[in-house]
Amino acid sequence: MSHSSMWDSISGIIRRDLLLAMRRWSDAAMSVFFLVIVVSLFPLGVGPEPAVLRTIAPGVLWVAALLTCLLSLSRVFTPDYLDGVLEQMVLVPQPLSLLVLGKVLAHWMISGLPVVLLSPLLGLQFGLEGEALGVLVLSLLLGTPTLSMIGAIGAALVLGVRGSGLLVALLVLPLYVPVLIFGAGAVTSSMAGIGGEANLSLLGACLVLSLFLAPWATAAALRIALE
Amino acid sequence: MIWSKYSAPQAFYPLAGRLIPWFAAVAVLLMVVGLYMGFFVAPTDFQQGESYRIIFVHVPAAWMSMFLYVVMAIWAGVGMGLNARLSFMMAQAIAPTGAMFTFLALLTGAMWGKPTWGAWWVWDARLTSELILLFQYAGVMLLRTSIDDLRRADRSSAVFALVGVVNVPIIYYSVQWWNTLHQGASVSMATGSKMAATMLMAMLIMTIAFWMYSIAVILARVRCVIVERESLPAWDEKPAVIHEAVEAR
Repeated sequence: MSHSSMWDSISGIIRRDLLLAMRRWSDAAMSVFFLVIVVSLFPLGVGPEPAVLRTIAPGVLWVAALLTCLLSLSRVFTPDYLDGVLEQMVLVPQPLSLLVLGKVLAHWMISGLPVVLLSPLLGLQFGLEGEALGVLVLSLLLGTPTLSMIGAIGAALVLGVRGSGLLVALLVLPLYVPVLIFGAGAVTSSMAGIGGEANLSLLGACLVLSLFLAPWATAAALRIALE
Repeated sequence: MIWSKYSAPQAFYPLAGRLIPWFAAVAVLLMVVGLYMGFFVAPTDFQQGESYRIIFVHVPAAWMSMFLYVVMAIWAGVGMGLNARLSFMMAQAIAPTGAMFTFLALLTGAMWGKPTWGAWWVWDARLTSELILLFQYAGVMLLRTSIDDLRRADRSSAVFALVGVVNVPIIYYSVQWWNTLHQGASVSMATGSKMAATMLMAMLIMTIAFWMYSIAVILARVRCVIVERESLPAWDEKPAVIHEAVEAR
């Protein structure tokens, strides 16, 4: 398989999924509003003390990003599963893991990228500023694709299973722990003045590892679900 | 002697039945010896007094919890690779025992933490990764029970177990680094003193005892799984009983 046709199959899937998402833009809008609402609840629950808010900000923003990604996972494969497109994807000559990679990247653009773009605003709400804000955006930019990658494995495993919404959370959230630790850790350590580079590098390592392994595992899970 | 014949559940069932009493007997014997050594022979720790003695249960349980997860993942991988039914049954049978040891490790850890650290729960790296291991065991078991189709249940939980086994070391190190970053008060696993030989001996004996116990329990459970899946009465029942059950269906 040549390099260009590989890219064609990935970009074809991405274009298709983005088009579908644009036609039903309310789905993506729901994720964004969910994120904003969850993040806004914390000051109401914890109290408006700026020092406290600044301390919890990295954790709160990262957990909210995790939950936003989690809630949108059912949209990765379920619509295609229900209308039979997924079965065709298994049958086409292109490797399934490549098509999966395209779908996951599209999912990240729809539900991960808005989180990244919105995070400076939400960070400001919590009194983050300067370098910490930049590290927050960078950590989410590196971390949210990993969340989509790992989440796709879970989404494929629970495809068409009863109670799949809760089940996918149980499967995926423990696997998200390293990303959460490194992501929130990057922001916390840059706030503490020791720089977030180490944690950002680890986030990058997680991303590379998940790019390498997750599409393969997801494809295996999809084949099992569809056979 | 052709070992591969035991990869058939029908052949493995009686073999497991013959092996269980031996492993169970060794487990009980070693547990008695290990606990006696741990509670009566091993010297009192000069820092922690008598409360340290829970390590004779705690450490072997924690070791077994991690070891069994790897064994479960290996069986899952063998099942995926060779498409062998018995391997999936083994993976299914291991999960509850592994989860039990994980829970035991957490429970004894809390009981040890209270007198030593002054708190039932500390976000220590090992405690936290053990907790996440428990979540992963729960995920494997719940994924299996939520899927009605047996073949899919087997293979899906195998994929999850394999994904988890990649993740366990990453979680362990991430939690460790996170903990050193947040380094709190007096939490240190290093007790300073070198462990006395009898302590180490008792701990190793308890580990082997737990290992033997796991084999016995897992073999008993895999027998149940075989009977359940083949929806037949136990194979070593008298032929008349089996005949009766088949007639009744």
